[in-house]
Parts: sequence; structure tokens; C-alpha cells
Amino acid sequence: MARKTMTAVSALCVVAAAATATGCGAADMTKQASPYADAVGTKSVTLSVQSWVGARANTAVAKYLLEHELGYRVDTVQVDEVPAWDALSQGRVDAIMEDWGHPEQEKRYVEDKKTIAPGGDLGVTGHIGWWVPKYFADAHPDVLDWRNLNKYAAQLRSPESSGKGQLLDGSPSYVTNDKALVANLGLDYKVVFAGSEAAQITQLQQSAKEKKPFLTYWYEPQWLFNEVPMVEVKLPPYTQECADKGAKDPSAVDCAYPTTSLKKFLNADFTRKGGKAARFLKNFAWSKKDQNAVAQMIAEDKLSADEAAKRWVKENPEVWKKWLP
Amino acid sequence: MTVHTASPQMKTAPPGRDASAPHPAVLALRALWARPAARKLLILAAAAAVLVPVAAATHGSGTWPSAFTVDLTKPLTGASDWIIDNRDSHWAFLYFFGHVSGAIIGAVHAVYTVLLALGWAGVTAAAALLAWRVAGARVAVIALASFAACGLLGMWVPTMRTLALMIVAVAVSVAVGALLGLAAGLSDRTFRALRPVLDTMQALPAFAYLLPVVLVFGIGVAPAVLATVVYAAPPMARLTALGLRSTDRGVLEAVESLGATGRQRLLTARLPLARRELLLGVNQTIMMALSMAVIASVIGADGLGDRVYQALSTVDVGSALAAGIPIVLLAIVLDRTTAGAASPSPRRLWAGVPQAGGTPGRRLGEGGHNQRRARTRRTTAWLAALAAVATAALATGDKPWPDTWTVAIAAPVNDAKDWMVDHLYTGLPGIGGTADLAAHYTTWVLDPLRDGLQALPWWGALLLVAALAWLIGTWRTALTAVLSLAAIGVLGRWELSMDTLSQVVAAVAVTLVLGFAIAVPAARSPRVERLLRPVLDVFQTMPQFVYLIPVVALFGVGRAPAAAAAIVYALPAVVRIASEGLRRVNPGAMESARSLGATGGQQLRQVQFPLARPQLLLAVNQAVVLVLSVVIIGGLVGGGALGYEVVFGLAQGDLATGLTAGVAIACLGLMLDRVTQPTKGARDGA
Repeated sequence: MARKTMTAVSALCVVAAAATATGCGAADMTKQASPYADAVGTKSVTLSVQSWVGARANTAVAKYLLEHELGYRVDTVQVDEVPAWDALSQGRVDAIMEDWGHPEQEKRYVEDKKTIAPGGDLGVTGHIGWWVPKYFADAHPDVLDWRNLNKYAAQLRSPESSGKGQLLDGSPSYVTNDKALVANLGLDYKVVFAGSEAAQITQLQQSAKEKKPFLTYWYEPQWLFNEVPMVEVKLPPYTQECADKGAKDPSAVDCAYPTTSLKKFLNADFTRKGGKAARFLKNFAWSKKDQNAVAQMIAEDKLSADEAAKRWVKENPEVWKKWLP
Repeated sequence: MTVHTASPQMKTAPPGRDASAPHPAVLALRALWARPAARKLLILAAAAAVLVPVAAATHGSGTWPSAFTVDLTKPLTGASDWIIDNRDSHWAFLYFFGHVSGAIIGAVHAVYTVLLALGWAGVTAAAALLAWRVAGARVAVIALASFAACGLLGMWVPTMRTLALMIVAVAVSVAVGALLGLAAGLSDRTFRALRPVLDTMQALPAFAYLLPVVLVFGIGVAPAVLATVVYAAPPMARLTALGLRSTDRGVLEAVESLGATGRQRLLTARLPLARRELLLGVNQTIMMALSMAVIASVIGADGLGDRVYQALSTVDVGSALAAGIPIVLLAIVLDRTTAGAASPSPRRLWAGVPQAGGTPGRRLGEGGHNQRRARTRRTTAWLAALAAVATAALATGDKPWPDTWTVAIAAPVNDAKDWMVDHLYTGLPGIGGTADLAAHYTTWVLDPLRDGLQALPWWGALLLVAALAWLIGTWRTALTAVLSLAAIGVLGRWELSMDTLSQVVAAVAVTLVLGFAIAVPAARSPRVERLLRPVLDVFQTMPQFVYLIPVVALFGVGRAPAAAAAIVYALPAVVRIASEGLRRVNPGAMESARSLGATGGQQLRQVQFPLARPQLLLAVNQAVVLVLSVVIIGGLVGGGALGYEVVFGLAQGDLATGLTAGVAIACLGLMLDRVTQPTKGARDGA
């Protein structure tokens, strides 16, 4: 009996000690920064990197300039798109440099909770679509119309596509209506998810090396076009009516993807207290050509992100000088 | 799984012998009844005969009947929305989770600051000295070389981040594990209650429970540490309990007769006697925690894992390897150091894959007459070491690692990979190349297997699982296995799970064939074993992510690369356990077999394999658990099925999809574990 009381008392003590140690008040997780930030007493900024290389190019150049021109310390964290919004609203990262349109998150965090502030346009427009390699399109020009796709299903078969043609999709984090499109357009295809962009790119490169035909979900701007030239397959045109239908029921979409202007988003607190870094990130805007140049250096020439950014910064001062606050 | 049906007692059904016996049929039945395996099957058959017609009549014989499924999408989406909306205002988050997260972040920050303050020379010196003190000069040299290599690879800062996170995660895991183990070691009831929980935690692929942690804590270091603790605490708990429970009865009685109280008994006898198990537990916990380092990068853990993950998104195997090598080196240093502390003789990496028994290394405190002098010497040594570390730290200043002292290995590694892919992808003599190999594996092995499993009537699958689990274990394991499978059906993930299951079964089969083929020569010749050991060490600790991209380059996108990665990952454990089992076979038995003129093959089949059966079954069990964990990660390279759903859930923050798939994976893991778990519980004669 006595021992039991003792145990209870000591347990209480431990809890009390823990509570005092941590301050015993409310601890707002959204105010807790990364433990690696500010480690050596410098001003630091955390940028989210998405898995695709274009986004890495933005971050690389922003990081390089923040470090070498403005004297910040920059950390980058790789997160998928939707979790990145979440992290941004919690202040775990300070900025997303390239967003392809997440209306649901935008409404929740920008309009309702006001924890995220828009950071302006990136200057690059993005487009998602279906693409075939140029060598295949040259040999069979009519593959470029979706109505003829079924004719080529047999040539596009793979072990994973269960007897149908294969439409290769990439990372599950990307915006895609492909399953709905295949069903609604009556195509004899199966959507095969590569699971990650890295896997998808590897597969495309391998097919291109063999000059094998393929049909893939892809997007521009993307550096891979320089290495594997591809031509877009025309889908039924994008209309407002179709977009409204898709917003109500994603499985009803039967038209092409829109062309989106890519945007930046910043943590709301960061825009207020981030000083020069926040203003710099807001000013950051460049062209598709610039982005591709850096992305190509990273992905194809296998330069480190830092090295690629350094080279681009050296050659293009007229572009970035005006970003500096 | 199919391997088990080959258990010896099944093959020989006794035929009715004599016409003179009164009722040959009855006699045969009685003979059958005498065999436990057959008895179990008969009982099961009887139960099936009653239940199956009912089940088939009411709910058909196709896949899992929709009447028994529960759709959790709505409540889960609701829960997810609630958490996001209330995360910054509700008291549970402010006063509980907030403090948990804050404490973790504070601890990691503190450790990281110390590591940075020590500088590269300080950290390296400290690590080498610690290794020397604990495990001897050889390990100290390994530590020195390893830390230098981390710096040379240009990975110093990420290595320190991972190390800081690991130190905190391991400390928490060891504390939690030791407490649980203490409770389980001292009370039978707690032990019984805890065991299935620990079993489940260990059979769970880590990928499956990342999402709920992320939802509550957001991305970052806090959820990474927590996920690591869930993954790494069970071995500590298990080994602590084992150590406490296997205390020598005689010693205990002697201590009791001296009038020691309960606490004295624990502190002076049971804990010191369990020292070996405790240290082995720490060792296992560290290994598990390190293997989580990369997986945790998916939820923003930063450090080396993040470098691997980022390198993969640019298909840059060389950089991924440059970040993967420090992980391997850290693992080797930490393993050798803690293993050196556990026993005077050098131990092998991961040697403690669940193995009971073993002799405790050191008995009760050594005592001795020159204790005081030893203590003085020890203090002096420590002071000298501290001074050395401080000097090293001061000498290098605050620069993490000199930029010029790095070696770029990425480019040559990528060239090597490209060369390999170019030469293996097509144009291999005989089989046509890895691409064709993958296509054949998919269409001839995986597709039929998957279609077969999916075509299996739902009650048939349940029966099959029950039979397998019961034959190998007890009715309890069989019940758990059946309930797990049923839970998958209830969650509405039957077809996907069968797809995943087919991938696991096929990959396990290949792993076992290859593994046993390698284990046999390794068990016979110490030289082969020595050659193999470093290779196994590296493959076992190299993060799975590093070889995901090369396998895609070789085998294309789909289920084949996932299988290849799984086989590479599971093979070392299988080879190790199997060769260990074969080597341990009683030399007397081998000798007598040889003296009877048995050939090498006969010795193997009739002596070694049967005698090493428990170890071989353990190898199967480990293969199943490891393969499952990689098949899930295979969702990243087109493996599809449950793995894809988890990846999708994580990527889209979709709790309904991710969590349901995660639970289904957990159930699948539990079911597979039970179906292949021979050693648990009282094995009633089987």
C-alpha cells in the first residue's frame, strides 16, 4: 500500500517537473520553428522544395541570392505539395516558390485562417497534358488527336497495363484527372502510376533510349523536353463549363487541363516580420527559359543545386538585380 | 508462405496398413488423430464443412462481401478537417501535443548546438574516444575513419543533424522501451498484455503510420522523432523484459534469502544480470532508429535522409549514395560501439534479430581488491579525454567542415550506374536483359498469382490463413491471423491487399531461394562467411531509398522494381539467420551422419535442414516482414496497391485513403507474421 502511494507521488512529481520545465502554459505548435534554424545565430529562412526539378531551380536560385547577397542562412526541406501548404501555415517553412493551384487549401489557409499570404506570380505558366515522344509522333502523326488514341493502344501496352494501352502518370502528389479522362473519353487505356517523378523520368529516358513509343502525363516547363523531345496529344478543349463540372465531381471531367500561372505563397507572419527576405521572395519572378536553364543544369548535368544557381546568377545579373529590396 | 506446408509431419499421411485390422478407415483416422497437425486440419475441415455452405450461400464466393464492409471515408475526413481547424486553438494541442513537440524540438536543438559547438574535430575526437573506452581500439579507429569520411563526402552538416535527431530519438526510445520492458519483466499480466502490442509494432511497415503523426504534429522534426520512437522502442522493451525474466532462479533465491527488498532485488540482482540483454536492446534500438532516418525524411526530418530523398527526385543516384554512405557508417560505428559494450567478443551487426537465450556475459559486479586504483585511473582517463575533445573543438572554431576537404563521388557513381544500366537493360545473353526479366516476372509470376489470390473466395482465403497459422503456431495465432485478414475485408481493401500480398509472396519466395542458396556455402566455409559479412552489413543498413532508382532504371516502372528492391533488402537478414542456424547444428549429429556415409547433399537435407528448422522458419518470418516493408515503399516506383495508397495519402494529406491503407497494411503485416511465426507461445507438440 505504502509503496503504491509512493509510486503515485513520484509519478505526480515527474509530471509536475515536466510541466514546470516546459513552462506549464499553452504551447502553440504553429510557433515552433525547426530546431536547426538559427543554430549559429544567423537570420534564417526555410524554403520548401517540391519534388520536381523546376521547383528545385526556383529554390536554388532564391537560396543562393539570399545567402550571398542578403546574408541569410537558408534551409530547404523537401515536402509534397499538400503537406507543404500545411507546413507553410504552421510556419515550419516560410515560403512555397511554385504552386500549381490548390483551390481547397487556398480557401482554407489564405481566406479563412489567414495564416498564409499570397506571394505573387512566379512569372512562369504551367501546363499539364498528355505527351508522346517526337519520334513516335513523326512516324504516326494522327496519334496527336485523342480520338485516334485507341488505334495505338496495342503498341503502348506494358506488363503493368493489363492488356490495355499504358498512360504513365507520375507522383501521386501531382494534380491529375487522368483516370476520369480515360473513362469519360472511352479510351482503351489504363493509368499506371509511377509513384514518383523520379521513377517516371527514369522510365521515360529508358524508353527514349530504345525509341519505344509511350504516352505519358507530363507538364511544362520541364527540363526533360530538352533531352527527350515530346509532342502534346490534343484533348477536348478546356472550357469553363467543364471546369465547373470537375469542381463539383472530379470524376466527371472530360476536357484538357488548363494553363495555370504559377504562384508563390508565404507564411503570413513571415511577410510581416521577414524583412528583406520576405520582400525579396515576393519580388522573385523569372521566365520559363531561366527556370529551365537552371533545372537542366541540376538534373541533366548533375550539378549541385548551389553550383547551378551560382552559374545562372553570374550570367543573368539583369534578371535578379531588380529582385533585391 | 507456401514453404511452410512442407513441414515434415505433413508429407507422410499413414496409409491403412493391414486388412486384418477391424476397420481400416477408423484406424487410419485414429492414426491421423494422433498427429497434432492432422488433428488441427481435421477440426478446421469440420468447422469449414459447417460454416462454408452458409457463408457461400448468403454472401457468395467472390471477393469480400460488400455487406461486411464499413466505409470510413466520411468520419476520417471529418476528423482530419477537425484536427486542421483546431490544431492551433484546442486545449489538447496547446497543452499536450504542443509541449510534446516543443520538448522534442528543444532537445534536438540543444544536442545540435552542442555538436556544432564541438566542431568537426571535437565531434570526431569525442566519438573516437567514446568508442575506444567502450569497445576498444579497433572500433575507435573505425569511428575516426567514419566521421572523417562523412566530412569528406561533404555531408558534415546533414550528418550532424541526423546524429542530433538520432540521439534524441534513441534516448526517448530507450527510456520508453526500458519502462515498458520493466513493467513486462516484473509482471506476468503486463507481459501477456504487452506482447501482442510489441509484435504488432514490429511487424508494421513504418511507412504506414507516418500520416497520422504528421496530421497531429505537422511536418518537421517532432513527428519524425515520434515515428522513430514507435518504430525503435519495441526491441528495447522486448529485450529488457527478456533479460529480467530469464534471471537465474538460484541467484534470485540467494538474494532473497539475504533479506533483500523487492527494489534491492531489482537493482542489485536482476538488472545487473540482464545487462547483456539491455545493451543488446540499446543496440537494436539504434539500428532500427537509423533505418527510420530516411523514411522520416518524407515527413520533413531533414538531415541525411532529406539529402537522399532530394537526390532521388533528380534521379541522381550518386548524390543519394553520398548521403547514404554516412548513414551506413553511422550505423556501423554505433553498432560496433554498443555491441562492444554488450560483450567482450566482437558481435555482428543486427545479430540480435529476435533470438532468445544466450549466456549472460558478465555475472554480478566484479569487485576486486584494486578497485580504488582502477577508479582513479578511469577518472584520469576521462579527464584527459575531455581535455582532448575541448582542445580539438577550440582548434577548429565554429566552421562545420572545411569546404575544400571534400571528395565528389556523385559523378563517377552515376557513370557506373549508367554503364551498368546500358549493359544490363537489354542484350544479356540467354535471358535478353533486365527489362525482359522484369516483364516475364510480372506477366508469368505476379499476374497469375495476383489473379489467383483475388479470385479466391473470401471464405477460402480465411480458411487457408487459419490452416497455415494453426499448423505453425497455436489456435491463438491462427485467430489473430484470421481476424487481421477479416479486418482488411471490413475496411474495403480486399482486392488491393491481395495485390500487395501476391507481390510479397512472390518476392519472399525468390528471397528464400536465393538466401538459402547463399546461406549453405556461408555456413560451411568460414572464408565465404568473412567475405560476405561486409557486403551484408552494407546492404542491410543502406537506406532502401538509395536503390529504388537504380532498380527502376534496370526493371522499368511497375511491380518488378519493387520486388527487386525488396529482395535486395531482405536477403541479408535471411542469409544471416539461415547460415547461423545451419552452423549451429549439433556437430555430433553432423559427425554421425558423416560416419554413416551421408553425402554432402544428404547431410544438408536430412540433418542440417531439419535440425535448423526453427532458425529457418525465423528466416522466413523475417523475410516476410522485411519484404512487406519494401513492397510498401515500392508504391514510389509503381508498385501500386496498398503502397501507392499510402504514398497518395501522404502526398495529398488525405487521411481517409492513407490511414485506411495504413491499417490494412498493418493487418496484412500481422497476418503474415502470424502465419510464419513458429516460436511464439506453447507449441503443443507441433
